[in-house]
Amino acid sequence: MISTSLYFIVFGGAIGGRMTPIGGIPYGAFIVPGLIMLSILTESVSNASFGIYMPRFSGTIYEVLSAPISAVEIVLGYVGAAATKSMILGAIILATARLFVDFTIIHPLTMVAFLLLTSIAFSFFGFIVGIWADGWEKLSMVPLLIITPLTFLGGSFYSIGMLPPLWRRIALFNPIVYLLSGFRWSFYGSADVAASVSFGIALAFLALCMVLVAWIFRTGYRLKA
Amino acid sequence: MQPIIHIRGLSKLYASGFQALKSIDLEIRRGEIFALLGPNGAGKTTLINIVCGIVNPTAGSVSADGHDILRDFRAARSLIGLVPQELATDMFETVWDTVSFSRGLYGKARNPAHIAKVLRDLSLEDKKDAKVMTLSGGMKRRVMIAKALSHEPRILFLDEPTAGVDVELRRSMWDMVRQLRAGGVTIILTTHYIEEAEEMADRIGVIHKGELILVESKTVLMRQLGRRRLTLHLQRPLARIPAGLAGEGLELAAEGHELIYTFDAASRETGITDLLRRLGEQGVDFKDLKTTESSLEEIFVGLVRARA
Repeated sequence: MISTSLYFIVFGGAIGGRMTPIGGIPYGAFIVPGLIMLSILTESVSNASFGIYMPRFSGTIYEVLSAPISAVEIVLGYVGAAATKSMILGAIILATARLFVDFTIIHPLTMVAFLLLTSIAFSFFGFIVGIWADGWEKLSMVPLLIITPLTFLGGSFYSIGMLPPLWRRIALFNPIVYLLSGFRWSFYGSADVAASVSFGIALAFLALCMVLVAWIFRTGYRLKA
Repeated sequence: MQPIIHIRGLSKLYASGFQALKSIDLEIRRGEIFALLGPNGAGKTTLINIVCGIVNPTAGSVSADGHDILRDFRAARSLIGLVPQELATDMFETVWDTVSFSRGLYGKARNPAHIAKVLRDLSLEDKKDAKVMTLSGGMKRRVMIAKALSHEPRILFLDEPTAGVDVELRRSMWDMVRQLRAGGVTIILTTHYIEEAEEMADRIGVIHKGELILVESKTVLMRQLGRRRLTLHLQRPLARIPAGLAGEGLELAAEGHELIYTFDAASRETGITDLLRRLGEQGVDFKDLKTTESSLEEIFVGLVRARA
């Protein structure tokens, strides 16, 4: 919440005033979806990966593995907890943003759907990271070196339409562009790519993560010898 | 009576290529205390971890009270409590919370009275609101036992329960285990301390390099394999064994003050009366005598050495 406020003071207040509106949206309002997305992505991955890595590291995972609960229930617990936390965080940032800038959400239901889908998909991704990591460096590496740069480059603070043509084409390989674009569409009704494409890509990412998690439990990869 | 745990042809080959278990067959009887003995790396923990669902078996089957541990894992696991070897607890939780959480994890309804009783039995009552990280090693060990008992298991696995635990606590744990058994709980423990198995177990299994080389009731084991020793404290020290008594399994100890006769406790003719009569004939007087059984440790070391 503090970092969100800082972002708004710096980008919204100080710089935003000198920026021309993007697609008819004042800059301060334009960055709201991007900021929420940035927080949700990094928090989902960090929380979910830390959540499963910690018991693996301390050894308390034995209890979860020996309890009369299924793999689905274990995943539901860990991923559900991380996704819930992300959703709450998203709501807090949204409320905080409202204090600084004025905006309306055109498609609130779609907005919530995107928020939910992103939180769940990236919590799944974080769970995989937490299983894969065999040290603290790897655990912090993924949010730091992959998620944050991709989110920044994915247009949290600008429209990829503002990029030179070559970079715009490269940006389309960044999956986070689609998430951001779809999320922003739910706010303001305009986007870099079609909302349906965004939704499809987010769903595909979630499906891929679920397949990987299923594989982890089937083979016991780094969880059960 | 039907055994409570049924293990058939259980093998484990780790991805590293290490064969931890080689086709183990074992039945644990309802309500007994079974001690699994073996040197480090023998496969004790692997065996326990497979039964508890922490390690996947490579081959074979295990059932707990008739429930297959893979196909019917919910029913099987809800019967089982596990206290692992490593101290692994949620450092930042309070004792009460972490123990209550374990009960919930096993799908049992809240029961503060039971949790309170478990903590009381383990002398953790006054620590219930303390964070686990502030506890001593011995207390953490007791917290782990409390977690395992929180969901009222019918089968309890104790993997090296008294490793690194002081004598007093070890005694109180033994008492607790006996109480649990009296309440109908089947207990399987692994240990390095032969003393522990000797003190507690009804039956003993010896595992060595992934093979179960022996399963026997403790008394039978000690009687069958045990050699008894008769020690005679002599009135007057002897320089050597009198000629008439040579070749009878006799030896002198304590600078000739003690005469030791080793015999097989299982055999019908122990030869003691004969020996005493002949000692009288030879004019060897003794002021005291005692017999001792060989300890389980001696039996165990002998077994493992024979295999090596």
